[in-house]
Amino acid sequence: MTEHATPTEPVFTTERKARLEALATRYPTRQALLLPALWMAQQAHGWISPEAIEEIATELELTPAYVRGVLTFYTMYHTHPVGRHFIQVCTTSPCNMCGAEDVVAALLDHTGCGDLGATSPDGRFTVIEVECLGACAFVTPILINDDFIESVTPDTVADLLARYP
Amino acid sequence: MSDATVSLSIDGMDVTVPKGTMLIEAAKQAGVVVPHYCYHPSLPSPAVCRMCLVEVEKLPKMVPACVTTAGEGQVVHVHSPAAKKAREGVLEFLLINHPLDCPICDQAGECELQDFVFQEGQAGTRYADYPKRFNPVEDFGHDVLYIPNRCILCTRCVRFMDHVAEESVLTVSERGDRATISIDPAHRLDHQWAGNVVDLCPVGSLVSKDFLHKARAWDLDKTASVCPGCTQGCNIMVDTRDEVVVRLRPRPNLEVNRHFICDTGRADYRWMNRGDRLEEAAVRGEQGLEGTAWESTLERVAALVAEGEGAVTVLLGGRVSTESIGWILRLLSGRRVTAAMRVPLGDEVPLAGMANLALRAERAANLHGAQLLGAGADWHAAVASAPDTDLVILVDAPLSDTELAVVARAGAVVQLSTVAEPGLENTAVLAPITSMVEEQGVFINRDGRAQRFLPARTPPGMARPAWWVAANAWALADEARTAPATASEALAALPALDGLTHAQLGFTGRVIAPVAAGGVR
Amino acid sequence: MGYPHPIHPKETPVLSTHFGEMEARSLEGWVARGGYVALRQALEMTTEAIVDEVKASGLRGRGGAGFPCGMKWGFMPKDDGRPHYLCCNADESEPGTFKDREIIRWTPHALIEGCAIGCLGIRAETCFIFIRGEYTEPAEILERAVAEAYAAGVIGPDACGSGKRIDIFVHRGAGAYICGEETALMNAIEGKRGNPRIKPPFPAVSGLFGMPTTINNVETLAAVPHIITRGAAWYAGLSLSSPKSTGTKLISVCGHVQRPGTYEITMGLPMQELIFDLCGGMREGRTLKAVIPGGSSVPIMTPEEVAGCATDYEGIAASGSLLGSGGMIVMDDSTDLVYQIMRLARFYAHESCAQCTNCREGTAWTTRILERILRGEGKSADLDLLLDLADNMTGRTICVLADSCAAPVISGIQKFRPDFDAYLTGARAPVMVEA
Repeated sequence: MTEHATPTEPVFTTERKARLEALATRYPTRQALLLPALWMAQQAHGWISPEAIEEIATELELTPAYVRGVLTFYTMYHTHPVGRHFIQVCTTSPCNMCGAEDVVAALLDHTGCGDLGATSPDGRFTVIEVECLGACAFVTPILINDDFIESVTPDTVADLLARYP
Repeated sequence: MSDATVSLSIDGMDVTVPKGTMLIEAAKQAGVVVPHYCYHPSLPSPAVCRMCLVEVEKLPKMVPACVTTAGEGQVVHVHSPAAKKAREGVLEFLLINHPLDCPICDQAGECELQDFVFQEGQAGTRYADYPKRFNPVEDFGHDVLYIPNRCILCTRCVRFMDHVAEESVLTVSERGDRATISIDPAHRLDHQWAGNVVDLCPVGSLVSKDFLHKARAWDLDKTASVCPGCTQGCNIMVDTRDEVVVRLRPRPNLEVNRHFICDTGRADYRWMNRGDRLEEAAVRGEQGLEGTAWESTLERVAALVAEGEGAVTVLLGGRVSTESIGWILRLLSGRRVTAAMRVPLGDEVPLAGMANLALRAERAANLHGAQLLGAGADWHAAVASAPDTDLVILVDAPLSDTELAVVARAGAVVQLSTVAEPGLENTAVLAPITSMVEEQGVFINRDGRAQRFLPARTPPGMARPAWWVAANAWALADEARTAPATASEALAALPALDGLTHAQLGFTGRVIAPVAAGGVR
Repeated sequence: MGYPHPIHPKETPVLSTHFGEMEARSLEGWVARGGYVALRQALEMTTEAIVDEVKASGLRGRGGAGFPCGMKWGFMPKDDGRPHYLCCNADESEPGTFKDREIIRWTPHALIEGCAIGCLGIRAETCFIFIRGEYTEPAEILERAVAEAYAAGVIGPDACGSGKRIDIFVHRGAGAYICGEETALMNAIEGKRGNPRIKPPFPAVSGLFGMPTTINNVETLAAVPHIITRGAAWYAGLSLSSPKSTGTKLISVCGHVQRPGTYEITMGLPMQELIFDLCGGMREGRTLKAVIPGGSSVPIMTPEEVAGCATDYEGIAASGSLLGSGGMIVMDDSTDLVYQIMRLARFYAHESCAQCTNCREGTAWTTRILERILRGEGKSADLDLLLDLADNMTGRTICVLADSCAAPVISGIQKFRPDFDAYLTGARAPVMVEA
């Protein structure tokens, strides 16, 4: 995972702006670029700051309030800064039945996060529980940043985390 | 049955409505109210509150009456056991997180949640053992406070800002039972028409700061009136508590203002409660202006009109009724008259999503009434003509210092005023008149629509409508003359109004004279 | 194959034939496996012929509702002069369902081909594949495959040299189960909150960007190329039971079986065989307690109901539940069913879009009651209350999320009441005491 730009730096630098405009040709409205634009902002800053909301609103001819309403609907967008490595653990029924809660406990323990949603003191990890990740035969699936990892068990947690300095 | 209509039965009432009518409106035609929250006739319907679910025979599920088109031969049940249970269920869901703080809520007494729960809800709750959702009160800016704990997420406010004001500053944030209405922290609800969200809110979630804790709804007297703020002529309700006007709210008129008024109009009521009102008539005597009774006041007015032969200037305030303008001009018939209305100018602020609805640049309610009656002269020219006249009749029009100095050079001034203009040494008569919230009368708006307003409070002292003063002075000149007894008679007697009575206007008015939207000179 | 397990003799691999083969992911590898023959064939066919073929195959929507695919395509207007859109629903988020994930990961070109033929079937030039945000790896694989297909001219302004334009775009979601509902999915693509829309208007009349739109599930579209090349009669012949359920179905099985995974069966295979033969049955020393056969939104089945059940639309309906998405959650006798039902209710409460009162408040309240029962603080009236709330949530809202929350609650209480009573009477020690 790369270091993020500070939230005051613009999201739509030349390169991202070009990507956004290339996507714009796919849709009949600029509003349809909202989810992609929010992803770009999160990629740039690690979360979606008020400054980014303003910028996206301007780019897409929307109001900041509208952008906020949409952004808070989708749980994968962060409205606050999170750890360098963001860990999402599936704990919905099928995983829950097969031991996901033990994986959560192991992750909280090994990352030093302590609580779900809290960032570890070194800023390295944030762990949250999420609803179904859609890999129910591979208990427990987790997402670390964009890496989808299957069949995590409490025993494999330590080695796994070592790959995310 | 015709091609343009459908006939159906709603709770046993047969009704025929235009094709495309939604069941909720068709039910109104049948005299059946379908309880609802998110539906509003001036907003798009999201069908989210689920209160208006009704049973339609042969349909597998209950349907929301707000988005279901009435169909030929449908048999609709609004008060069937299933529909009632559905509403009971919704009401219970709406109340589980509601603070039930009616005793301190401004909406109490005019709250649709309270009303429908009282009407068909359950007496108790099955949600007694859980903490309720809590979110702090938020200042949305300008006049609006948001109390999220009372919110039922009907989204009327969001839809108003999105689709009517067309300034999307409100939104639903989050999901599930965490959802609230939110405003972008960097923005305020300062749109000229934003105050309507308070009226649209069916519960006490969006409240007016200006009205906060001022009065209980059941203590208010409500009087149908017309906004005096500009030439749009929005229909309003004047709410008074013990003779004091405490708020103005829109009164629906689909032809004029639908369900809305602007914030300028909404806020402009404090003058109605002025304490420095002129309560006693006075005429100039040896000792200056001396208090007197109406009889001698009217005689002096009649004499002033009869004595002179020179020009007369009539200076009208923007809230002078059609009746009063008409009778003042009739009193002066035979004299050379220059009459004008003072029309302050401001920015025109349209309500984007509604055709022909704006806070108009011309901030005078009865400009078109004045023009119709021949009082459409240039205000500045009219003021400038004062020094060359025998007589100026000043009808509740505030004057600037410069204008005062000019009017002071007229032969004599008759002030028909709510508040005396003390600076005029040449005032011969000072007659206390009622303001528009103390009298019946008619304004004519920019589309030539004559609309009535009714008295909302008792006039102070001996104040009388200006038309009454003018008409009775007029009657003194000739024994054959009889002054009209009521405002309606006063209106009907004016040739330009051609016998029109107040009753004929109803409460939504009538277009009597399409007036070309003339500019103001 | 029963990915990640070797193929089982009782499977009928059609869509899953190449699961697990890395080479099948590339265009070259896919063409070597017979890929894009169907598309070229379809490009020579009239729209009506394509729709007729799909109609004749009996293919029904694999996303959950089971609506006949050919009929859906037939609803699209003709000669209306407006752009048409195809939306591929790759938002697979129903707990227990992970079959589309394997199609996308292993055979992305199968999906692209299906989407392209789908465009031809509904007179669309543009297909948006809406894939859930959590599917990071499948999305990357799919985007690479789409880029390959464009580069090779398979799709694009002149698809396969046919002169026809077929654009396929991948649109990533960002964490919202409800976007799997077809109208919510369209709102998400349009850059809105993923709120389901009121129907009517139906998507074929006014869908994505207000234009005529068809929404199909990944598995549905991936089956279409096989129907084109092998013929409707072949597909319709794949049925072990009801003639209304044809073809193969990917069933993703999870929970307490020996071999959880994605299995491709001919419609009508006995559920008992699926669980005990293909998936290897229960874990050592355990017995079957319950099955949720169609993703978490359907009624729970008892072992007795499972015993006589044919795995197809009609068979499962006759046994008291629904085939749904084909995501099967199998629970053995170690399962705390009350706890799992609470987890599902919590899932729905988390995912409720907040529009409809009944869903927004009902899912959250239902969860709280279940949590209270699990804490040992339940009251005797709680089960009746849950059932009454479920009644107030069923059939009352814009979409079926509230109904989905209610289904496991209703069936759980009706079929497994002793599990609830154990908590209510104190016979079972409370859990979640810290909550």
